[in-house]
Amino acid sequence: MTPRWSLRPMDAAGDDVAVDVALPQPGTLGMPPGPRFLEQTLAVARRAMLRTARQRALLIFPMVFPLILFAINGSALSPATRIPRFPTHNYRDFLIAMPFIQGAMFVSITAGVDLARDIESGFLNRLALTPLRGEALLIGQLGGALVVGTVQAVVYLLVGIASGVTFASGVGGALVLLLLSVLIAFAFATLGGLLALRFGTGEAVQGVFPLLFVTLFLSSSSLPRDLIKASWFRDIATYNPVSYLLEGLRSLVITGWDGEALALGFGFTLALLAIALFFAQGAMKTRLARK
Amino acid sequence: MIRFFNVARAVAWRSIHNTLVNPAILVPSIIFPLFFLIAFAGGLSRISDVPNFHYRSGYTAFQFVFVFLQSAAFGGVFTGFAIARDFDSGFARRLLVGAPRRSGIIAGYTIGALLRWALTGGVVTIAALIAGMNIDGNGVDLIGLVGLGVVMNLVAALWACGVAMFLRTEQAGALIQMPVFVLLFLAPVYVPISLLTGWIHDVANVNPVTAVLEAGRGLLAGSPVKVAIAFASLAIGTAVMAVFARRGLASAERAG
Repeated sequence: MTPRWSLRPMDAAGDDVAVDVALPQPGTLGMPPGPRFLEQTLAVARRAMLRTARQRALLIFPMVFPLILFAINGSALSPATRIPRFPTHNYRDFLIAMPFIQGAMFVSITAGVDLARDIESGFLNRLALTPLRGEALLIGQLGGALVVGTVQAVVYLLVGIASGVTFASGVGGALVLLLLSVLIAFAFATLGGLLALRFGTGEAVQGVFPLLFVTLFLSSSSLPRDLIKASWFRDIATYNPVSYLLEGLRSLVITGWDGEALALGFGFTLALLAIALFFAQGAMKTRLARK
Repeated sequence: MIRFFNVARAVAWRSIHNTLVNPAILVPSIIFPLFFLIAFAGGLSRISDVPNFHYRSGYTAFQFVFVFLQSAAFGGVFTGFAIARDFDSGFARRLLVGAPRRSGIIAGYTIGALLRWALTGGVVTIAALIAGMNIDGNGVDLIGLVGLGVVMNLVAALWACGVAMFLRTEQAGALIQMPVFVLLFLAPVYVPISLLTGWIHDVANVNPVTAVLEAGRGLLAGSPVKVAIAFASLAIGTAVMAVFARRGLASAERAG
């Protein structure tokens, strides 16, 4: 008998979805091994995506809020383009990177709160009784966040283009921007997952959100670093990795193909992803420890 | 009348007590305005180099007025969150049953909002002074600025109170917050209105917050402008929102 892995709605109302795992039956231990890592990941990811899709009302605000700020600040800060050496005449070209990062930060909270809810409800403990691998659970759990991040990135890109943002790097640049922004969203989602695994409550994850937002404010989000007048602020922005995420995205719009900006953007994103994944994996192992 | 004041005093005391003993409530309401001040006054100070930007007291003072008034408005908004939480927990319904004069509940929450903002506004002011903000207005001008903040806080608190009492759930948070946030940011936040162009200029022109902001900046710089218009706008806002909050209370009473 092969262990059965599937995902099915648990009730007619569609209130919940669960990974349906059948453990090996007694006497089947010598049988072929259970589902592979990929199958496990996809099963958990499908559940995460369905759950995310069912929370449409909760998804609208995080998606719309960065667009509102983009619309307002794109006009309100347009006089900044009159500052000597400002890199573009259209402030929206400069600002378009910001919604992607803001959206990614909202995704991190969504991912973290969802995972924390599984911890609080005891779902994770029940999964600990199954042969599910911790890595598959972690990556699968973040699947919903990845979908949200991708949808957000496409929406922001379309809104940006509709509002007059032009890409110096052309269509290829727009695709690379999409790729980088989805990667950033996934990295932040992993960070949200790590926070959930460490703290175990959604309230604690939400409590960290202001700190994430602070990193955005203390970066080169509104002006290029070389035009920031206050030296202490410029120094903070220089040491703040979020500046390089913004500048990587922005370079594709304003500069064209800027190898250094892209390398820093992708580099910091991958570093954040790797560090968050490493620690999240350790935290997941602790959470799933079979006692 | 005594019963009204007793209810108002009890609700206000509870509101400020809950704020002071709960760091999860207190810290964000202080931290957010501080970070706005740092981000705007520090990160955007080069904006003052834009041609035709003229503000005598400097960009830190220019942004301080916005953050000061924003913190006043959000003092009211955060009180709305607390009211919604009281309904979710069932406390507000018990309060409605126990209060001999229910209009005192609204008064109590608005006094709580004012006391909460007194703390936040004080911290923001100290931070701006440490950052080297210039104050060119005299004592009367500064009292005028504080007065603008007080009435702004009152208008926002009444709005938040009304929404929270109509909807009676914490999920009303976004609806309480977003209109206030958008209204504030549709005013000339980063540059004087004369430097705005396009749709934002047209919207800022008819936005009542613009007059309040310009009056506040004028008072801080010692050259008052639009002060009467600002106070008149806020007075109208107070009257409208007081009716709205009272209707929200009536709705909560009907819901039982």
